[in-house]
Amino acid sequence: MSRIDDVFLRLRQEGRAALMPFVTAGDPSLDLTGRCLVEMAENGADLIELGMPFSDPLADGPTIQRASQRALAGGITVKGILGFLREFRRNVAVPVVLMGYYNPIYRHGVARFAEGAREAGADGLIVPDLPPEEADGLIEAARAVDLDTVFLLAPTSTPERVRRVSEVSRGFIYYVSLAGVTGARGELPAGVEAAVQGVRQITNQPVCVGFGISSPEQVRAVSRFADGVIVGSALVGLMEERLGDPECPRQVGAFIRSLRAAIIHKH
Amino acid sequence: MRLPDTRGHFQEFGGRFVPETLMPALNELTREFDRVRQDPAFEEEFNAYLRDYVGRPTALYLAERLTKRLGGARIYLKREDLNHTGAHKINNAIGQILMARRMGKKRIIAETGAGQHGVATATAAAMFGLACEIFMGEEDIERQALNVFRMRLLGATVTPVSSGTKTLKDACNEAIRDWVTQVADTHYIIGSVVGPHPYPMLVRDFQSVIGRETREQMLAAEGRAPDILVACVGGGSNAIGLFHPFVEDAAVRMIGVEAAGFGLETGQHAASITAGEKGVLHGSLSYLLQSEDGQVTPAHSISAGLDYPGVGPEHAFYHASGRAEYVSVTDEEALEGFKLLSQTEGIIPALESAHAIAYLTKLIPHTGTDDVVVLNLSGRGDKDVNQVADILKKRGSF
Repeated sequence: MSRIDDVFLRLRQEGRAALMPFVTAGDPSLDLTGRCLVEMAENGADLIELGMPFSDPLADGPTIQRASQRALAGGITVKGILGFLREFRRNVAVPVVLMGYYNPIYRHGVARFAEGAREAGADGLIVPDLPPEEADGLIEAARAVDLDTVFLLAPTSTPERVRRVSEVSRGFIYYVSLAGVTGARGELPAGVEAAVQGVRQITNQPVCVGFGISSPEQVRAVSRFADGVIVGSALVGLMEERLGDPECPRQVGAFIRSLRAAIIHKH
Repeated sequence: MRLPDTRGHFQEFGGRFVPETLMPALNELTREFDRVRQDPAFEEEFNAYLRDYVGRPTALYLAERLTKRLGGARIYLKREDLNHTGAHKINNAIGQILMARRMGKKRIIAETGAGQHGVATATAAAMFGLACEIFMGEEDIERQALNVFRMRLLGATVTPVSSGTKTLKDACNEAIRDWVTQVADTHYIIGSVVGPHPYPMLVRDFQSVIGRETREQMLAAEGRAPDILVACVGGGSNAIGLFHPFVEDAAVRMIGVEAAGFGLETGQHAASITAGEKGVLHGSLSYLLQSEDGQVTPAHSISAGLDYPGVGPEHAFYHASGRAEYVSVTDEEALEGFKLLSQTEGIIPALESAHAIAYLTKLIPHTGTDDVVVLNLSGRGDKDVNQVADILKKRGSF
């Protein structure tokens, strides 16, 4: 049982979905990231997805692209992020899932990265450009250190792919709500609920939904049928509007609180 | 062994490193390609367009004055510059658009650097009446204004890309993002032997018409295979097109010429094989210009078509296995090559192809007069004359 499994087990008993905010590490500094993470944890985040910036984030829309650029301009490195996480872990117990594109991980050395991430206190790993077909090495390295591997499903995924992703995922499955890139959107795409129910016919893993979810109303809607709700670009955008504002972390906390309050209790 | 394997691997290189959303589309494309490869009707259709629309076969021309000037091997030019739209890119664009039609796709997208692939794609889309959107870096739009106008004239939408380095790499990112968003009705025509499987394989196979014709033409002209093949390498499609039909002939040397930009020692170049490290970009594992921390570093080349920090995985494999050699020439040397071919043969080459020409001045002194070299003249230089004129004028050297 990983710490991520514990969270979903507990929330299933409580009868509600998890709230999982995303933030880009080092945007624009690790100091601000750290203060925002504490606010998130204190205001109701059940898990945190921590983005590791890449120069060519091809699954991301403009908001997270800009955040990545700011973080890279500030000199962020894989080593720096793992060091930061180790410090953060001294005080905060909320599970952290690292999200990063494959090249920096490959360059770091897959096994070395998995060990370093685990040792720093990461609980899981999401690599959006690494489908199960290419992931043997990463899966082996992650299993060796009990780091959960979270794979993604999309509206285009066939039942065969759902089975494949379910076999190799640990912790939860990340369901991408729409065919597209990350980014806040006004409305939830049609058919997400039916699609998630379809995935549930095939797997017992927790299914968390992300991409395009930006408001308390949308969180409420998704929390009715998903095991977790992931909010990224809306949060990163909120931080972007408050760059240099000392109130930024407190605003982040308030936003998280509003999202958390929107999650419905099923029983 | 036939490569790539069924998962798209050239041993450790290649593969499919893409978001889940695209995996079903890549599987569909692979299945369709397996079908058309065994379908004589497709081959006939493809060949008919290459003959009647593109103008194939292209000439294999003995460059006598260039041969005399350099004083060694006989130099033949494979005249891909004579294709409709002025470069080899149209071979692949036609092949892929025929597949897109079979798959019922209504919309075509592509990335472009120099604009040659964008023009070829816009041309093919116009001929078949399909909607077409081309992604192009803002910096390239500036340096290749003529090709931008051509694409628009052909009815394509040219979408400027302002992210990252504003060049070919970022145009690829944006095309992939668009494809993820509209994958159901859109086919993405990748212009080089890069990207996730099956692209490196299918672009190679469509471009291999270059090497197959060369083999036949050499037999007619010299009664034997050439000794050395030379081609420029950015992503590497014209080079693979020439090399691939000769891969089994161990006696044929194959040399890929990368762009050394301001010089390898300056760090400002596009020589991914010569000076890069293994890495993953745009869906495949190959050699990549990158930082210690795995961030992709900007490429530089005088030629927009070579200004790319990656290279096709099959080239990476040829390099690692020693089957082909990879060298590099600088912007300055390429300019000399540009002038050399113009003045000895009356052929103005594309700046990309001028890199290969420039390398001949280093290679030929080590060859004998009985040797035969084939150089792939991948495109014509009309698109580059304004840029080169500006450079030479600034120096007062013209």
